[in-house]
Amino acid sequence: MVEHKTFGFRLFNVINYFFFSVLGVICLVPFLIVLGSSFESEPNLKANGFALIPKHFTVFAYQTVFQLNAVMQSFLVSITVTVLGTLMALLVTSLLAYPLAQREMRFRGAILGFVLLTMLFSGGLVPWYILITKYLHLKDTLWVLIVPYLVNPFNMFVLKSFFETIPKEIVESARMDGAGYLRTFTSIIIPLSTPGLATIGLFYALNYWNDWWLSLNFIESDHLVPVQLLLKKMISNLTFISSQVDTSKFIQVPANGVQMATTIISIGPIILVYPYIQRYFVKGLTIGSIKG
Amino acid sequence: MQQVATRRPRRLRRSGQSVLYWMALPGILFFLVFNYLPMLGVIIAFKNYNFRDGIFGSPWSGFANFEFFFTSPDLFRVTYNTLFLNVLFIVSGTIASVGTAILLNEIRSKVSGRIFQTFIFFPYFISWIVVSLFLGTFLATDRGIIDSVLVHFGFDRVDFMNSPGLWPAILVLVYLWKSTGYGVVVYLAAITGVNPEYYEAARIDGANRFQQIVRILLPQLRPTILVLLILAVGRIFYGDFGMIYALVGDNGQLYSTTDVIDTYVFRSMRTLGDMGMTSAVGLYQSFMGLIMIVAANWISRKMSDEKKGVLY
Repeated sequence: MVEHKTFGFRLFNVINYFFFSVLGVICLVPFLIVLGSSFESEPNLKANGFALIPKHFTVFAYQTVFQLNAVMQSFLVSITVTVLGTLMALLVTSLLAYPLAQREMRFRGAILGFVLLTMLFSGGLVPWYILITKYLHLKDTLWVLIVPYLVNPFNMFVLKSFFETIPKEIVESARMDGAGYLRTFTSIIIPLSTPGLATIGLFYALNYWNDWWLSLNFIESDHLVPVQLLLKKMISNLTFISSQVDTSKFIQVPANGVQMATTIISIGPIILVYPYIQRYFVKGLTIGSIKG
Repeated sequence: MQQVATRRPRRLRRSGQSVLYWMALPGILFFLVFNYLPMLGVIIAFKNYNFRDGIFGSPWSGFANFEFFFTSPDLFRVTYNTLFLNVLFIVSGTIASVGTAILLNEIRSKVSGRIFQTFIFFPYFISWIVVSLFLGTFLATDRGIIDSVLVHFGFDRVDFMNSPGLWPAILVLVYLWKSTGYGVVVYLAAITGVNPEYYEAARIDGANRFQQIVRILLPQLRPTILVLLILAVGRIFYGDFGMIYALVGDNGQLYSTTDVIDTYVFRSMRTLGDMGMTSAVGLYQSFMGLIMIVAANWISRKMSDEKKGVLY
């Protein structure tokens, strides 16, 4: 390998490292600006704008956020929806993916086509909206934030191809010992599929946590508003924050700071699980692209 | 389970397959209710819908809803914006993802590579609402970062919220910022799948690093690029509502360049409440989308000289 020593090779390496350092900074900077601003005092925020490094460090915005019932209630809604939704979605999705991974299943092709068609054609927003509000009566309930996302066909196909990679010998030996499909599923397939289930589970969790489409359409009660929709309201209307505070307490509400702090807290759970998420995502996407 | 099984047809019982259908039932019911029932609901497009009478009780209106939409200037604007923005996203996104993935693959240190990848992938996990706040810190007209910099160097401020001409560029930059990391991971998976023997053969023939990328890697990536391109073209009539509505919101000043079919449909339904007309727009979108998918699949079949296209 002579090429390692050439000048061109070294120059390329230096430029490449520089390029990715710049790219990395660009990807993180908006986040760091909001993080910095969330610790800046409200007068400074108003006067000087956003701050990467706060001139007057304070945690007042966070103190206020944790006293705002509306924000805490929204977090409760988002956490409930994410946990409950992810578990239910995993259950229903894997229960559908497993039969479809069995080549000997009689109506397998038909059911696969039935699922695939939903990815190609839809009735559109209006019939879907009317179905949920007028016929299923789900509007303004917690369930409307969970049920419409229970099975994502793409996730189902990824999980199905994961089930298909499990070695036939293990499954066959279980069948020889007299295990039926259900027994094979619960005691062989599920324990062997932890990486696949984790990938899909994280896809679903991220989807539930970041979603605001369902709440925008179907939620009216204040106590059912998830974090993302609350943020949307905060961003488009700063006085909204003040209206959420019990004014009898006479506390000054740092509206801009509260906005920043709530944003940071809403990203918090993602940052905590991000290292794990990324590892599994890379695996899951690899599987997905093989299928593609 | 035994009792249930005895009521199934003989062949299913013998192979024990009936349990498979019971397992699949919740999923099948889900698609039936949330995807296939709304498909029946497209008849709303041919009705003068009112909430009290429901989908089947409301009076028929023939093609009046379609006439209204097809003769309004909105049709051209939202269709053009949707297609134009999607073409920008697809072209710039593909180039950025493939290019970045190739360059990232050239970083030989595993630790550095992983750190860079972690940083680039990060924006993908952030919701569009949070992205809109991030964008706001740059574009805000009273104390935004770009304005501060412009003022600092003695330039005029830019009123982004009243400059529709700038928004296609802004949306493309934000799109690239958020989604390149995801694309990089997909292409990196494809790059690691390339047989190392090809490189070895090329090196023996005296190919340098750049020649290896152009002659070996790019041709090997062609199928992956094509698959993702075709899938994107199949969805070219669908605007990203989550993105556009979070970033633009109800700012009517910017509709001329940012209003896409999905935001138009949402607004018509929620503010005008004209279900029939909105449903007609939705049907137009679904129908055009179906045509695009069939066409894209046909093209992929032609280009790959295979019997099967990407999708079927």
